[in-house]
Amino acid sequence: MLGYAFRRVLSALPIALIAITIAFFILRLAPGGPFDGERALPPDVLANLRAHYNLDQPIWVQYFIYVKGVLTGDLGPSMVVEDFTVSQLIAIGLPFTLMLGLTAFVSATAIGMLAGVVAAVNQNKWPDYALVLIVMLGVVIPNFLMGGLLQLVFGVYLKWLPAGGWVNGSLPHLVLPVTVLAWPHAARISRLMRGSMIEVLGTNFIRTAKSKGIGERLMLTRHALKPALIPVVSYLGPGLSYLLTGSLVVENIFGLPGIGKYFVTAALNRDYGLVLGTTIFYVALILVLNLLVDLLYAWLDPRVRFR
Amino acid sequence: MKFIPALKAIALAGAFSLALGGAASAATLHMHNGGEPGSIDPHKVSGDWENRVVGDYLEGLMTEDENAEAILGQAASYTVSEDGLVYTFKLRDDAVWSDGEPVVAHDFVAAFQRLMDPATAAEYAYLQYPIKNAAAINGGDITDLNELGVKEIDEKTVEITLENPTPFFLQALTHYTAYPIPTHLFDEVGDSWTKMENIVANGPFKLVEWLPGSHLKSVRNETYYDAANVSLDEVYYYIQDDLQAALQRYRSGEFDIMTDFPSDQYGLLESQYPGEARVDPFLGVYYYVMNQDNPKLQDVNVRKALSIAINRKVIGPDILGTGELPAYGWVPPGAANYEGETYNPAWADQDYGERVAEAKALMEAAGYTADTPLTLQLRYNTNDNHQRIAVAVAAMWKEIGVNVELFNSEVAVHYDALRAGDFEIGRAGWLMDYNDPINMLDLLKTGVDNNYGRYSNAEYDALLDQSNATLDLVERAGLMHQAEAIAMDEFGVIPIYYYVAKNVVSPKISGFVDNAADIHRNRWISKSE
Repeated sequence: MLGYAFRRVLSALPIALIAITIAFFILRLAPGGPFDGERALPPDVLANLRAHYNLDQPIWVQYFIYVKGVLTGDLGPSMVVEDFTVSQLIAIGLPFTLMLGLTAFVSATAIGMLAGVVAAVNQNKWPDYALVLIVMLGVVIPNFLMGGLLQLVFGVYLKWLPAGGWVNGSLPHLVLPVTVLAWPHAARISRLMRGSMIEVLGTNFIRTAKSKGIGERLMLTRHALKPALIPVVSYLGPGLSYLLTGSLVVENIFGLPGIGKYFVTAALNRDYGLVLGTTIFYVALILVLNLLVDLLYAWLDPRVRFR
Repeated sequence: MKFIPALKAIALAGAFSLALGGAASAATLHMHNGGEPGSIDPHKVSGDWENRVVGDYLEGLMTEDENAEAILGQAASYTVSEDGLVYTFKLRDDAVWSDGEPVVAHDFVAAFQRLMDPATAAEYAYLQYPIKNAAAINGGDITDLNELGVKEIDEKTVEITLENPTPFFLQALTHYTAYPIPTHLFDEVGDSWTKMENIVANGPFKLVEWLPGSHLKSVRNETYYDAANVSLDEVYYYIQDDLQAALQRYRSGEFDIMTDFPSDQYGLLESQYPGEARVDPFLGVYYYVMNQDNPKLQDVNVRKALSIAINRKVIGPDILGTGELPAYGWVPPGAANYEGETYNPAWADQDYGERVAEAKALMEAAGYTADTPLTLQLRYNTNDNHQRIAVAVAAMWKEIGVNVELFNSEVAVHYDALRAGDFEIGRAGWLMDYNDPINMLDLLKTGVDNNYGRYSNAEYDALLDQSNATLDLVERAGLMHQAEAIAMDEFGVIPIYYYVAKNVVSPKISGFVDNAADIHRNRWISKSE
């Protein structure tokens, strides 16, 4: 298993390099630059800025300067948030993004699985219908709208929870953002779990177990749950990377200090350093998560290990 | 069973946080400040959201009062030579940095030299180009920084020599590009002087915290010469780009001041929070620029028809909903050093129907009718308000035989196209950097980078040059009025509306005075329970 993991990590390095290279050249080829704002800068000032960030060098020189920096652990400067390097911004925002994403992931996974099992066991009864309705709300309402609605209800009218911010960093500040982030994820997991569980409950080995007079709870936990989890586990990797990389809207709406928002705002501002830095971070994150899911999948389904 | 203790912990944490918030709120200002500051180094900032933070912890020779008028700051007094070229400032004896070191003349000399040093790559260095040799040093033509017209006469005296008499120079000194740097610290740590672990202040507040993506925090600077009259103990500047979400946070009581709000929420604010939304004229113009290199737009009558066919009176109240003032001239009302009548063409007071008829006739004379329309592309950067205005203007122009193709793009692409001349009609805006009409009028001068439409008129340029050499403010204003009239009569550009400042201020706040520069230093703000 270790050898397998090591080979996977090694094979990820060229993928990361290809991603950086593509991102680097696409960014440089895109029209507009980091200093194209509402007002034109005087030529001398613009020349000073371009020299400061090596943008006056040929593009291949810029590329090698950047790759050399990355290999030595330097992701370079941000051209828009000048007081921080890209590495510093990621280091500051990462713990928060991880906390937000993992909290949403754990709660959504637990709630989604539980809801899926309950719906499957009560197929076509009222708990099933009620859960389907709640799940649908999570899927069809976009997160910016959900965020605004929750802020309005719980922040403005009821005043039960903060409508945003992270100054004191208390738990109540996490409730609304985690809800917005986790809801669609929980919805997808519950649908997967429901379908998978219904399928497993209809298989021969479960019928055999039932005919032996085994109790329902034991039958569910000991025999049905593990095989029913396989499609859910397949979704967990992409799901977690979605939660960790897709927190842009949630961080913006709630004014939270994660790195999610940097990716898009940096791209719009043509902040080359920050776009590339976050790209590298996300590529690494997705590769690691895919690896973890593969390992987990192999543990759940012994057949995978021998393929 | 473990669920109950967890719930208790959450409830306790919430109560603790609420208690903390309540205890700290007495003299703590919570201000929504928009986007992430790029920097807090005065030589690297460029936006009003950065100015609010930097202007609280640093102060120049001059500073702003409640109305944003220039008043003495770190300087106790100043004199100006008869030719208007040499300004001599005496620093306050009690001007000190927050670490107790005195503010000295060298702090200003070093700061101006750093600003102009090409290696600093200061985006806004050009705002201090009135200083002798500033442009030449910043452009690399002079390499000796000591050639800059800012000298230390003695430890408490600064002398600044200008290239030309500049009536707005004292106002320019309130700008962050004119703030000093603590050389005693800078010599030790270099550019890291603005890191939170190093930073010192000579303004009314001292920065103590910056959590990117969340907020910055300042506390009162007890060494500030006027600290006794500073009411606030702490200021939080919140980073929140999403205005709709920011408004929810204001409504939930988390913000005391919002520095902008979504235009379409003005009605809601007026009805539910009467008097809290402040909409006031602001020194800036929203305009459409016409590419004068494009053969379609070289006929002055076509440009006139396009301009007079726009019903500006509906844009502020109906399309935007916040009552922006219609713009017929180039210099916003309220601009300083601009004695005389605001430019107001005869057609501005005409009935709109008559104007459309005249515009139609002008277009027909130029060969454009409903059957043979003029086709123009109108570019704007992605934004709901820009789109609404573009759609409305396209409908107005349709009436006079103009077919408009709307084209939107993100801001960097949009301005890249404008600068490259790759457009026919383009949306643009200008917020004045300092309160003097020359800041607007320079935009239409031949060869100026921000003159996207390449408008050019030798007489216009000559009048501005003359005004730059004129010491008498009234005479200078007269020359600038003449220049403005030339550009507007030639329809060099289409002004649409004068910007408004949009703030939301809680009734708990006092000392927030509406002004045309939309600068409200927290030194003057106080907050009641």
